[in-house]
Amino acid sequence: MSRVLVGVKRVIDYAVKIRVKPDQSGVVTDGVKHSMNPFCEIAVEEAVKLKEKKFIKEVVAVSCGPSQVTETIRTALAMGCDRGIHVEVSGKDYEAMGPLQISKIFAALAKKEEASLVILGKQAIDDDCNQTGQMTAALLDWPQGTFASEVTIDGETVKVVREIDGGLETIKISMPAVLTADLRLNTPRYATLPNIMKAKKKKIANMKPADLGVDMVSRVEVLRVDEPPTRLAGVKVETVDDLVAKLKANGTI
Amino acid sequence: LHRGILELRQGPSALGLCVSGCRSLSSLAELPEMHQMMRQTCRDYADRELGPIAGKLDKEHLFPAQQVRELGAMGVMAVEVPEALGGAGMDYLAYSLAVEEISRGCGSTGCVVSVNNSLYIGPILKFGTQKQKEQWITPFTTGEKVGCFALSEPGNGSDAGAASTLARQEGEEWVLNGTKAWITNSWDASATVIFATTDKSLKHKGISAFLVPMPHPGLSLGKKEDKLGIRATSTANLILEDCRIPLGNMLGSRGSGFKIAMQTLDSGRIGIASQALGIAQAALDCAADYAHKRTAFGAPIGKLQAVQFKLADMAVAVESARLLTWKAAMLKDAKKPFTKEAAMAKLAASEAATFCGHQSIQVLGGMGYVTDMPAERHYRDARITEIYEGTSEIQRLVIAGQLLKEYAS
Repeated sequence: MSRVLVGVKRVIDYAVKIRVKPDQSGVVTDGVKHSMNPFCEIAVEEAVKLKEKKFIKEVVAVSCGPSQVTETIRTALAMGCDRGIHVEVSGKDYEAMGPLQISKIFAALAKKEEASLVILGKQAIDDDCNQTGQMTAALLDWPQGTFASEVTIDGETVKVVREIDGGLETIKISMPAVLTADLRLNTPRYATLPNIMKAKKKKIANMKPADLGVDMVSRVEVLRVDEPPTRLAGVKVETVDDLVAKLKANGTI
Repeated sequence: LHRGILELRQGPSALGLCVSGCRSLSSLAELPEMHQMMRQTCRDYADRELGPIAGKLDKEHLFPAQQVRELGAMGVMAVEVPEALGGAGMDYLAYSLAVEEISRGCGSTGCVVSVNNSLYIGPILKFGTQKQKEQWITPFTTGEKVGCFALSEPGNGSDAGAASTLARQEGEEWVLNGTKAWITNSWDASATVIFATTDKSLKHKGISAFLVPMPHPGLSLGKKEDKLGIRATSTANLILEDCRIPLGNMLGSRGSGFKIAMQTLDSGRIGIASQALGIAQAALDCAADYAHKRTAFGAPIGKLQAVQFKLADMAVAVESARLLTWKAAMLKDAKKPFTKEAAMAKLAASEAATFCGHQSIQVLGGMGYVTDMPAERHYRDARITEIYEGTSEIQRLVIAGQLLKEYAS
């Protein structure tokens, strides 16, 4: 039967107030609380549910980064994944790591592990790229079901209901395929205490991008990171005509 | 530091060696990975599912039945129970962390978790037969059923050796008569561990423990007490009038009831200490957050030394009580004596909770006095922790007793 790869990214926790580093090269990450990207949690939950419904046999959680990402992989194992793969990336490579490098890694792993599905979160809450799933599918030449709010497996095909600007779009794609999880796909489970215990015994394999034939050189260079502009106070107007006049005056319309 | 953590990862026995052997506190500075994970999952649950409803549960005196079921599914209602019996199979340190995080979200729910784990399941796990464990523990691991612990009576609380509830044998049955008071979970429980005198002449050595299902003929409940805090839990009298139970419902041997009660309370103290820590932390969180946001004299009040000193004192009180609690739990897990440390933990944590509850209201000023902010609920929830499962006065007696034994020549 089939195997699913799920990507899990370690990001700064959603509740943390982000601060830009004084040298404007990035954001402060030292000593800051990190957790699994919320959309990755949804991806893990979907994969585990598919396994519980016996559509797939094995769920493999994959994360790329330094040693700390093993915590994120263990959380995925505690939610029900069977084993993990830690692709070691650290230092400058890690800072420069982006969707292109990740998708190359996932494409290589998908082939190596003979996966039927790759399920990723639709985007990460730190860089908001929304590219990795799409790039991975393109590199593999696999169909993709992105922004999934409903996934149904039917034999060798997958029916995906996608959240798009105009509403909901339903597509049917053949496996193997790449799916990306959107917010309403499911509600991720809490890791239960027995599963946390079991997760301790599950294996996490280690490898480097070079083992997969992937070069981590980035084609993107971050020049500067700024705080968003401080929100200015609003102005009250008396009539709609005043409003239109003001909007015209400051060039908005 | 690194070596300390490596020792920790090797499991409970290594923890025990660490606690008694090494002079540094590095082993308490960072929890093992598994404990960190389970602490995080409990914290997530408390933040998302308990925090938003805690005020309502308190105001309407609502037992959190659905949340208890969800916690049961997570394994939190039976942390120390082996997996074979339906529990999570974790250690007491994990249990302490779970109760603290749950209590931080809702003090009442933390109390339900603590009573079920420590006071109901605890003694059955330690003193029950295999058959009793399967019958009286397994159904109580899922959150579908909770248990309670009936020791106190209208005539004796701290004076536990004076139990006037009587149990006499009639053929193949025990017949119980008497009244138990202040029983937490009473109205929501499906069973109780109850203590009654089987041999009055033997005084406290004549008390035995029994298992009684609820409801049961001959057992009725008094009115629900209208409490200052932990209002989502039910507290009432248990009234026994010729309550008949099979002989097989005796827990442990005849006359060992007092010993069972005392040992159960020893462990239960760590649970209540953890509950108090959760409430104290919630009060501190509330005050610290307010100190950032509330401005007075042209700046956030966190800039004022008077407020800073309060927050510092609260943080020290919580952190020191927490380390005492972890130490007591780790000693228990290492099967070392922990009576003194458990009493110290309960004393320190409950006094930290009342202190933090009080100071949190003070930092919030008028806002602390109204129900719009949770500070007043933490203040009310904290108060009971200095009373139940051994008053602060009893804790001091226990600590002094242990201490003097150590110094005896």
